[in-house]
Amino acid sequence: MTVESTAARTPRRSAGNKAGTTGTKRTTSTTKKATGARKSAEPALVQLLTPEGKRVKNAEFDKYVADITAEDLRGLYRDMVLTRRFDAEATSLQRQGELGLWASLLGQEAAQIGSGRALRDDDYVFPTYREHGVAWCRGVDPTNLLGMFRGVNNGGWDPNGNNFHLYTIVIGSQTLHATGYAMGITKDGADSAVIAYFGDGASSQGDVAEAFTFSAVYNAPVVFFCQNNQWAISEPTEKQSRVPLYQRAQGFGFPGVRVDGNDVLANLAVTKWALERARAGEGPTLVEAFTYRMGAHTTSDDPTRYRHDDERAAWEAKDPILRLRRHLESAHHADEGFFADLEAESEALGRRVREAVRAMPDPDHFAIFENVYADGHALVDEERAQFAAYQASFADEDGGK
Amino acid sequence: MAGTVTSKNMALAKAVNESLRRALETDPKVLVMGEDVGKLGGVFRVTDGLQKDFGESRVIDTPLAESGIVGTAIGLALRGYRPVVEIQFDGFVFPAYDQIVTQLAKMHARSLGKVKLPVVVRIPYGGGIGAVEHHSESPESLFAHVAGLKIVSPSNASDAYWMMQQAIQSDDPVIFFEPKRRYWDKSEVDTEAIPGPLHTARVVRDGTDLTLAAYGPMVKLCQEVADAAAEEGRSLEVLDLRSVSPIDFDSIQASVERTRRLVVVHEAPVFFGSGAEIAARITERCFYHLEAPVLRVGGYHAPYPPARLEESYLPDLDRVLDAVDRSLAY
Ligand SMILES: Cc1ncc(C[n+]2csc(CCOP(=O)(O)OP(=O)(O)O)c2C)c(N)n1
Ligand SMILES: [Mg+2]
Repeated sequence: MTVESTAARTPRRSAGNKAGTTGTKRTTSTTKKATGARKSAEPALVQLLTPEGKRVKNAEFDKYVADITAEDLRGLYRDMVLTRRFDAEATSLQRQGELGLWASLLGQEAAQIGSGRALRDDDYVFPTYREHGVAWCRGVDPTNLLGMFRGVNNGGWDPNGNNFHLYTIVIGSQTLHATGYAMGITKDGADSAVIAYFGDGASSQGDVAEAFTFSAVYNAPVVFFCQNNQWAISEPTEKQSRVPLYQRAQGFGFPGVRVDGNDVLANLAVTKWALERARAGEGPTLVEAFTYRMGAHTTSDDPTRYRHDDERAAWEAKDPILRLRRHLESAHHADEGFFADLEAESEALGRRVREAVRAMPDPDHFAIFENVYADGHALVDEERAQFAAYQASFADEDGGK
Repeated sequence: MAGTVTSKNMALAKAVNESLRRALETDPKVLVMGEDVGKLGGVFRVTDGLQKDFGESRVIDTPLAESGIVGTAIGLALRGYRPVVEIQFDGFVFPAYDQIVTQLAKMHARSLGKVKLPVVVRIPYGGGIGAVEHHSESPESLFAHVAGLKIVSPSNASDAYWMMQQAIQSDDPVIFFEPKRRYWDKSEVDTEAIPGPLHTARVVRDGTDLTLAAYGPMVKLCQEVADAAAEEGRSLEVLDLRSVSPIDFDSIQASVERTRRLVVVHEAPVFFGSGAEIAARITERCFYHLEAPVLRVGGYHAPYPPARLEESYLPDLDRVLDAVDRSLAY
């Protein structure tokens, strides 16, 4: 009934098109001048919760969240609040000099929690460096994410412990790993699926195009989850593409869908749909979560050099957490006690993270030579021995004094 | 020299900026391209203000794709332009490695000299800034091994300024490695000076007991080592190689014939590093002059470590002095 107005205007790329070629009828937006593409030809996006917290019906995707309970909704809310709290703590730890760098996910909580909670335990996640909310959903201890930002390791968790691969900094690389992993799942005859996260900027990389090609050719059970947060450091998405990103999928032969990235319910539903396609042997799907990077690119970045505050203000009104809270309150799904308890839990998490980071020791110097090879290497052994002798020469001097 | 009206004290990053500005002003065919080089002025602000002054068609924010950046720079060069492209960090050059190695390096030879590719690939490189993975590497040897590429690395603002001018004027592709940890170090730049040739080394400190050869970020360290050694009564000569391909072996040879000892210092791993090539050539050229084998100080055969370990990985005063001691002990 109350389908979001823009959605009613044009046929959605996937609505009524299950097998899903992407938006073949929507050629007008693809031919628009780049200058006008963003404002005048915004394509439809899947939305189940308006910014005001109103639940809107969606003929195609409602069924993926039909059985969701009030408790589930509170759970999603809790996930987003705690993720944001963790993220804020990490930002302030960087300011205090405890971390060398932090890449904040502020504003992208719904995209990450919605998609993250759509996954099964046996599914596998290939993140960028910003997927702190997805890591949370996978049960990776948040403090483990901080090691590489503190500079004590290059990824502090066992990828197979939670089926959550290490963060990948080289833009786009992981989309190919996800595709290969998914090809392996098919060969094994399993019905697990893979999700690869990447950004709007990453969509330009050759690796990402190759991942699309391979996944399509091998019908790999992979979901490409692009968080279009409108910026790749200082470059707006228009610098990467003349068409809405989800439409990229069409040329590769699999469906693409744009979802309101700040609507946790819509991200949950759309990702479930895409994962079901993967499990059913229908191959890859591209999900473009249309969202906004509310903060700087990283703590090293100064966004005042390239974007205006009013843009941020417009997105603040679409805040993912606020919107679910409004919904929970108006539907009487949560009482004051819930919010108060969560506030306390949130503070406790902040404290725990703070203490854990401060207590995180520097690694031993010999770690440099560890795990360079699985089977060992004579030169590494030799250099380690030289390094040890060199270090010991200082100890001798000190001892002799 | 300092004192003339044309001489200014500036940081190395600013010197590159001024040099790019001059090139954009004097040659309409010069273009600056890369990720975030426009409005932001680059993550290190090396291209700060250039897009504002020269427009978006000359200072170009590219899509996030390094192969695309170098590949299209090749096409632009074929069309008569002189692109100066920025790779944001050392560790991100590899998507472009194919274009650089298989195309940029070889097209001149393949066209029997008909095609020239005056492309400059700027790469902020090296460690010591406490960065996350892929932001601290020194991949110069991976390029030096490829015929058709020229590789340089300035150690100070003045060289950064003039070597960039010369790299842009060169009809060969030049990989221009900028020592990012020295970006903020200031020195005099005389914008009217007459620079020496691009690929020559320079003695930055005279000495008699041993030669330290380095380039880029390690030159400053070697000067500090020479200071420390002087306090112990040892006279070290410091050679700023400036160019990694070609290498000015004549200058190294001349120095080693005087000092009879050589230690090469670079951040890159020692194994198959530029120091290995220098050691081999100098051993051939100076066999009867050498009092000790050529020694090398550099990174280990291990991935660049996380920031909190980089001090143990990178050459520092003590490690270079240790090599000096070992050389002198022969
Ligand atoms: C291959 C490569 N090139 C450049 C970079 C430097 N870099 C880091 S993040 C970034 C922008 C990424 O934008 P996007 O894909 O939209 O992801 P977001 O940071 O917005 O989440 C760039 C250029 C990199 N990490 N890897
Ligand atoms: Mg982005």
